[in-house]
Amino acid sequence: MPPADIGERLRAIPGGSAVALKLDPREYADHYFAVLNATLRDLGSEPDAHTIYITVTNPASFVWSLAQALDVPADKISFVDVISHIMMNYANPLPNATYIETPRALEEIMLRVDYLLRKFPHPRSIVVVDSLNALAIHNPRDLLSEFFHIFLTNLKTRNVLTLILMSSDEESGGLEQMLNLLVDETIDVGRGR
Amino acid sequence: MDSPEAPASTTAPSSRALMAPAAVLERCATGIEGLDDILGGGVPRGNMVLVAGSVGTGKTTLCLEFLVRGAERGERSLFLSVTEASQKLIQNLSTFEFFRPDLVRDGSLVFVDLPGLYDKLGLEHEELSADEIDILIRTISDLVRSLGVKRLVLDSLTSVCYRIRRDEAIRDFMLRLGQSLSNAGCTSLLVSEIGPTQGRYSMHGVEEAIVDGVILLWNTRRQGDILRVLQIVKMRGTAHSRAQYVIELTPIGLLMAPHLKGSHPEGV
Repeated sequence: MPPADIGERLRAIPGGSAVALKLDPREYADHYFAVLNATLRDLGSEPDAHTIYITVTNPASFVWSLAQALDVPADKISFVDVISHIMMNYANPLPNATYIETPRALEEIMLRVDYLLRKFPHPRSIVVVDSLNALAIHNPRDLLSEFFHIFLTNLKTRNVLTLILMSSDEESGGLEQMLNLLVDETIDVGRGR
Repeated sequence: MDSPEAPASTTAPSSRALMAPAAVLERCATGIEGLDDILGGGVPRGNMVLVAGSVGTGKTTLCLEFLVRGAERGERSLFLSVTEASQKLIQNLSTFEFFRPDLVRDGSLVFVDLPGLYDKLGLEHEELSADEIDILIRTISDLVRSLGVKRLVLDSLTSVCYRIRRDEAIRDFMLRLGQSLSNAGCTSLLVSEIGPTQGRYSMHGVEEAIVDGVILLWNTRRQGDILRVLQIVKMRGTAHSRAQYVIELTPIGLLMAPHLKGSHPEGV
């Protein structure tokens, strides 16, 4: 799907769905920004929407700076930062972020998302996992499969739209297979131009 | 063509019906959503439950939330503190969003320091005699009845047992206290302090045999990272989950998530 069309496509997807956004590693940076634009501005800026952004690839401060460039208001997004602690980049925590010490604490990710969903209930809640590949660096495959199975099923029952970013490189074949079983739809970002 | 209706007596019951108990006991909902879910709605009313765990596993916080949620529902709640002064407990409690100071002010949530009570009752001996144990049970029972307490926490049972010492006396103390609380319709949580590697749920080992339920809390490691885990080991009067759950003590209360296993054993 052309990056410019992603926002429109995502807006049409009902709550309770899980969607994999597959990014081509050769154009990752461009497509990553296009996906942020689609998820945080096009989708996340809808009046009743609130995004919980799980950052594993980059620290929340980095994603937040990109979100600010896209004019995303602070009250429309909360971060679950899973990477800053382990990078010892925790000196200036964001007010709209909660920090987890390690990407290996997968249950903590579920608990923090649960906490944010309860603390800030919105009719249109969106959870973004950025990214599957980064989580896979720190966790064994079977644990990750178990995590996604429970996490996505739980979010589905709560009518939360979940978006999972992944890079479709040669190494990620098994991950893709696992995710295909759990998501409702996969969007190939960049394909079809 | 329509299939003929099967006679009612041969209709396969749903699995829920197959597993349904003959009678459902009244529940005391803890108010902690995940915990009530795995307990099938809450602790059976009048049960005496051991909350066992080593330091820093969340025992006191779980118990305090149980009382606050109860007081909110109009069930008078009593915290008997042995190890920490009430003022300090209330101060710590105020960091949680679920805490409402008005519950303390209007007497829905009552804190009593047991060491002060010992002094008032003249229970001075380091090891309580049979008569002194009797006085202690009667005093707690009277307090529960006179205030109409429906939820009680003793933090900790271990500290009380330090002064009772003998296994037979501990067994007797717990049996009589449990009977009295149950008769009053009071559901109680008794905190048990155990070591991280202790192979039982209480200091003497007799406590867990007397109580109706055991909620176990402990810290576990995954690749060096510590997770807090909760498991219902025993709960009379209800079917319950036996799975392990990772817990988090958040400002809005205790939250639970399934403990992921993968193919890696605990401690790896």
